[in-house]
Amino acid sequence: MSNYHLDHLQYLETEAIHIMREVAGEFERPALLFSGGKDSICLLRLAEKAFRPAEIPLPFLNVDTGHHFPELNEFRDRRARELGGKLIVRKVEDAIARGLAQPAPGEVSRNRLQIPTLLAAIEEFRFDCCIGGARRDEEKARAKERFFSYRDSFGQWDPKSQRPEIWNLYNARLNPGENMRVFPLSNWTEMDVWEYIRQEKLEVPSIYFSHRRHCVRRQGQWLPVNDIQPPKPTEEVRELTVRVRTIGDIISTGLVESPAATVDDIIAEIAAARVTERGSRADDKASEAAMEDRKKAGYF
Amino acid sequence: MDLLRFNTCGSVDDGKSTLIGRLLYDSKSLMEDQIEALERSADITGGGQVNLANLTDGLRAEREQGITIDVAYRYFATPRRKFIVADTPGHVQYTRNMVTGASTANLSIILVDARAGVIEQSRRHTAIASLLRIPHLVIAVNKMDLVDWSEARFNEIRAEFEQFLPRLDIKDVKFIPMSALNGDNVVTPSAHTPWYGGPTLLSHLETVHIASDWNLQGLRLPVQWVNRPNQPTDPRLHDFRGFSGQIAGGIVRAGQKVMVLPSGITTTVKEIHTYDGPVAEAFCPQSVTLVLAHDVDVSRGNMIIGPDDLPGSASDLHAKVCWMHPRALQPGKKYWLKHTTHTVQAAVTEITHRINISSLEQEPAPAGLALNDIGEIRLRTSAPLVFDGYATNRLTGSFILIEQGTHATVAAGMLHPPRELVRPEDADFVI
Ligand SMILES: Nc1nc2c(ncn2[C@@H]2O[C@H](COP(=O)(O)OP(=O)(O)OP(=O)(O)O)[C@@H](O)[C@H]2O)c(=O)[nH]1
Ligand SMILES: [Mg+2]
Repeated sequence: MSNYHLDHLQYLETEAIHIMREVAGEFERPALLFSGGKDSICLLRLAEKAFRPAEIPLPFLNVDTGHHFPELNEFRDRRARELGGKLIVRKVEDAIARGLAQPAPGEVSRNRLQIPTLLAAIEEFRFDCCIGGARRDEEKARAKERFFSYRDSFGQWDPKSQRPEIWNLYNARLNPGENMRVFPLSNWTEMDVWEYIRQEKLEVPSIYFSHRRHCVRRQGQWLPVNDIQPPKPTEEVRELTVRVRTIGDIISTGLVESPAATVDDIIAEIAAARVTERGSRADDKASEAAMEDRKKAGYF
Repeated sequence: MDLLRFNTCGSVDDGKSTLIGRLLYDSKSLMEDQIEALERSADITGGGQVNLANLTDGLRAEREQGITIDVAYRYFATPRRKFIVADTPGHVQYTRNMVTGASTANLSIILVDARAGVIEQSRRHTAIASLLRIPHLVIAVNKMDLVDWSEARFNEIRAEFEQFLPRLDIKDVKFIPMSALNGDNVVTPSAHTPWYGGPTLLSHLETVHIASDWNLQGLRLPVQWVNRPNQPTDPRLHDFRGFSGQIAGGIVRAGQKVMVLPSGITTTVKEIHTYDGPVAEAFCPQSVTLVLAHDVDVSRGNMIIGPDDLPGSASDLHAKVCWMHPRALQPGKKYWLKHTTHTVQAAVTEITHRINISSLEQEPAPAGLALNDIGEIRLRTSAPLVFDGYATNRLTGSFILIEQGTHATVAAGMLHPPRELVRPEDADFVI
């Protein structure tokens, strides 16, 4: 009997594949949000596992803030090509130009402006479902979200009246204009993701590994020196050996000093880590409920 | 490594969220920035007192009111096991969220406030845990610090539970006296309970025997998706047609006979395809793609089964339901019913009983079922379901009801064992 037993990673994998196939079976026009980050890299492998030898039956969508790490976009484009998938990129830049997104006076961050850009893309392609790589262990508001997360016709999440989600029976029914966000990796932890990357021998963008980089000290963390917010003369700049743990925009992604050069090194580092991965994202620290507020407004 | 999924339940303020906070804190599963955030919120709202419940009460409205509204999931590991924890709300209004968190658990912790003892909500949650057939239960008698660590009080509460437990279908129950606030018997044994000889909560969670929750008896593969590559020029893929799904029961072997329902056509499994190559056998709950020997008509919502251990097939069904919507169940009204990968229309023809939450006895035939009621119903579906009793197979014995129009999920249903099994001899034709 003991042969018929799944370990935790196999269990998470079959759960995620089941969800991917439910999406393919239930929705007319689903898309998969692919950023090139570690979570969405796992999503792509799970999509291959769910749908091969057929084509992956959903296009990849990425909202490009214009503040991405260049390494990330290069990786994103190449990986989509290798998989023979259709990649749709929609730029915050263009949404601003078309008047769909309006920066507040002095607003540099593109975090908030991703939302109208995403919603416009959903409307343009009439997507009824977007698969995302969010995990519940990332953040307190995400920890509350369903696998199938219903959004109203404004793209809003209402945390106080989520649909019950019982067993593995997902209610995928929508009225026109409404939308579903689906998170197959909900139950995965950062450690599970890296163990899966190791098991599946998945390639990840180089910035996850240790490299030399000029960093500027801001808000108690090291951020990459960049052209969008160049260092002021008063700010401390140093060249350090760093890597990213979670990828956001280049102006807000904290770098951790690390010698980790391989996936094994990273796994060992996380096992001993004393801060969470979101601990290195300035955008989530803004307030206790920063993520909840963004999700209510239509964020991933 | 092994995975245990558990949830906390019990009435409002019994200490569920505090307990999970304590479990994470004492098992060193919290990171520095999480502890820092906890301390920061203590300075702002807690008068300097750290509130462990804030670790899971992640919504603004929850912290504002000091209650849990929806399930929060947390993840931690010890050297012995990985855990997925669902912290569910105690408030009656949010029972549907409790059902959500409990439906996937291997073990439920029911908290009881030692001062209040067993109250209606403790009974309701215990009844739901039993209804869902969660195999293991822990009754955590909490806030023992507020009753002077009284052994007599602990025994009293235990006796109260033991009085109604026989009416429920729960095999393994453990009672643990504790203080979630102070951490007694959560991760470390308490000096206040020399009279208690049992394990701490964590050591119980680490060692409780989780026999496979999955049914390995009769093969059930609800078809989710038909895998049909569009590769006319690739000779290997030109004719590929596979049926993808998560095995919901039993074991499938390459070369074995299978039957497709509802058509009743029998054929053999030519190949069990996976991304990592073909396999000789696969079992519940693995996700696979079956290639069949004959070119038969199979689509999403069909079920592929093995020749032994036949499921039932009927469009008149008998089930227990938890009603989860403020608009009461209305006999005669049409709902969508989702069962495995199959969605049909259904109408409730009769409400046969309601379960009285205080006595846990059945009350005869009410006119409707209101929010948070548990009852027994008969329904008729627009097409027959291929199913098992919930007691035999959780995945092929469960369904949800969806209101037409709003698409709200209004009920969780658990099917009674079938009265009649599929009869292979009725099958129209055999290839
Ligand atoms: N004295 C004492 N107080 C406790 C104990 N456990 C919890 N409390 C307190 O009881 C109150 C409620 O605790 P919570 O953990 O929020 O209760 P809950 O069961 O999660 O409540 P809901 O989720 O809203 O149903 C808080 O003020 C806790 O500090 C305990 O063991 N002893
Ligand atoms: Mg709570």
